[in-house]
Amino acid sequence: MKITEKEVRYVAGLANLELTGEEIARLSKDLDEILGHIDTLNALDTSNIQPMAQVLYDAEETATLREDRERSPLGNDAALANAPLAGAGYFKVPKVIER
Amino acid sequence: MSLQAASIASLGVDQIRQGLAAREFSAVELAQAALEFAQTENPKTNAFLHFSPERALAAAERVDQNLRAGDDLGPLAGVPVAVKDVIVTKGVRTTCGSRLLECYVPPYDATAVTRLEQAGGVILGKTNCDEFAMGSSNENSAFGPVRNPLALDRVPGGSSGGSAAAVAQGTAVLALGSDTGGSVRQPASFCGVVGVTPTYGRVSRYGLVAFASSLDHIGPFGRSVRDAALLLQTIAGRDECDATSAFAPVPDYLAHLDGSVAGTKIGLPREYFDDATSETASLIRKGVDRLRGLGCEIREISLPATKYAVPCYYIIATAEASSNLARYDGVRYTTRSDSATLSDMYRATRGAGFGAECKRRIMLGTYVLSHGYYDAYYLKAQKVRTLIAEDFRKAFGEVDAIVTPVSPSPAFKIGEKIDDPLEMYLSDIYTITGDLAGIPCMSVPCGKTAEGLPVGMQILTRHFDESGMFRLADAFEKAGGFAG
Repeated sequence: MKITEKEVRYVAGLANLELTGEEIARLSKDLDEILGHIDTLNALDTSNIQPMAQVLYDAEETATLREDRERSPLGNDAALANAPLAGAGYFKVPKVIER
Repeated sequence: MSLQAASIASLGVDQIRQGLAAREFSAVELAQAALEFAQTENPKTNAFLHFSPERALAAAERVDQNLRAGDDLGPLAGVPVAVKDVIVTKGVRTTCGSRLLECYVPPYDATAVTRLEQAGGVILGKTNCDEFAMGSSNENSAFGPVRNPLALDRVPGGSSGGSAAAVAQGTAVLALGSDTGGSVRQPASFCGVVGVTPTYGRVSRYGLVAFASSLDHIGPFGRSVRDAALLLQTIAGRDECDATSAFAPVPDYLAHLDGSVAGTKIGLPREYFDDATSETASLIRKGVDRLRGLGCEIREISLPATKYAVPCYYIIATAEASSNLARYDGVRYTTRSDSATLSDMYRATRGAGFGAECKRRIMLGTYVLSHGYYDAYYLKAQKVRTLIAEDFRKAFGEVDAIVTPVSPSPAFKIGEKIDDPLEMYLSDIYTITGDLAGIPCMSVPCGKTAEGLPVGMQILTRHFDESGMFRLADAFEKAGGFAG
């Protein structure tokens, strides 16, 4: 076993994902199989290989910074238009701090 | 030319240009006829999720104004285009195939959308896809699967299944898709159309809803190599809104479609022809014979890290996805499951909103990035990615292009693989390598199986050598593939 149901619950907590008991059982089975397959990478010696984090640089790194000039922003109304709950120019969420 | 249903379904960009110039129809007439045709035909496949008639007619009206004023027409003037629903469109719903974004109306346009409209393109609507582009069959859409127009009981491929199906069905002339592990090429192959994944950074990702940022590409579909190349031409190039977009100048792709492919060195990687007895492999071999007949030099090559590509990809892609999808937490994007506390609200929203495949990938990605596992999984995968890219770099020292199958098998039946995620992942083997290396690659139709299912030939070339790739694909297409 690569992964237990207990670990699946822990990872679901990290991912802020509410899962049903049925989903946890299914995910344990699926992830176990996939992680088993991923283990085939261990056959490969990569101790002297540089990791690839970026596909291409075709220019100086600083060239990717755009010119610093004024642009009009999206605007408050447009930014909030898709909010499930908004008010007074802000996104609203359930109370975080008790008085 | 008249705007009858049968002729709309087979229109090409050049025909539209000629029809407009000769005043056979106006852009608005074409847009109206194309919308009506697409809306009538769409229930057969579910390729479009929703249409954007107001936007389409406004774009067509601008083309007609230019026509009346005698101004230059853009390269895509009046051309009906479908856009995958992971690419944002201002004022037009963009759902990503997810319940979570069912009501999301973006406040801005993706750069690719802006550019194709500036070129005169007419966006008819948004196409179905696997949820957040995660899948190889289009069965992971919250709004129902897409049916393959060539075999309605089969999948169109995924994740850009709706875009491929619309172009194959004739309900759009061109389409935009996105490709992270094969999501343009595999559906193009399954539906018998041309699908292109350009060099990483060739097309701005601004406005492409992020799945795996180091692998995501926007790519075009068309019914001919020429049309697909033209769409890429209009959307490619540096965009200051995407820091990873490339500065390299965009050549005139159409100027390279001159048929001069004699002497082109083509490599056939033996790792991609393992299953030499399959119908797909034999069709590709016939296609290769046709290329040889055009004067190409064929040689066998080896890309030894290929067998590690699937595990490498599913670590990197899911790790990046788990971060990118963290933003769907019930605060900003339309859908919220109410709960008493903030953290319960996050969990409930995400638990209710994401479908099974998204949850699987968020979980895998979170797991491989979690404390103590980073080196064993993510860092390891990044190193393996170097080896895969290095394989291609070496190969392109010997050959100008690499030719392979797109997928080990043609379109499968709806429901056939949905219960076996690992098997579904393994079927991506031939397409994910190109994304990992960031090189241009495409699918061009290469005949049909005995059952009549299309098979696509994949062509891969060096970074930024889209021209060489299109030249080869166009020569192959003009030679009749090998279907004739």
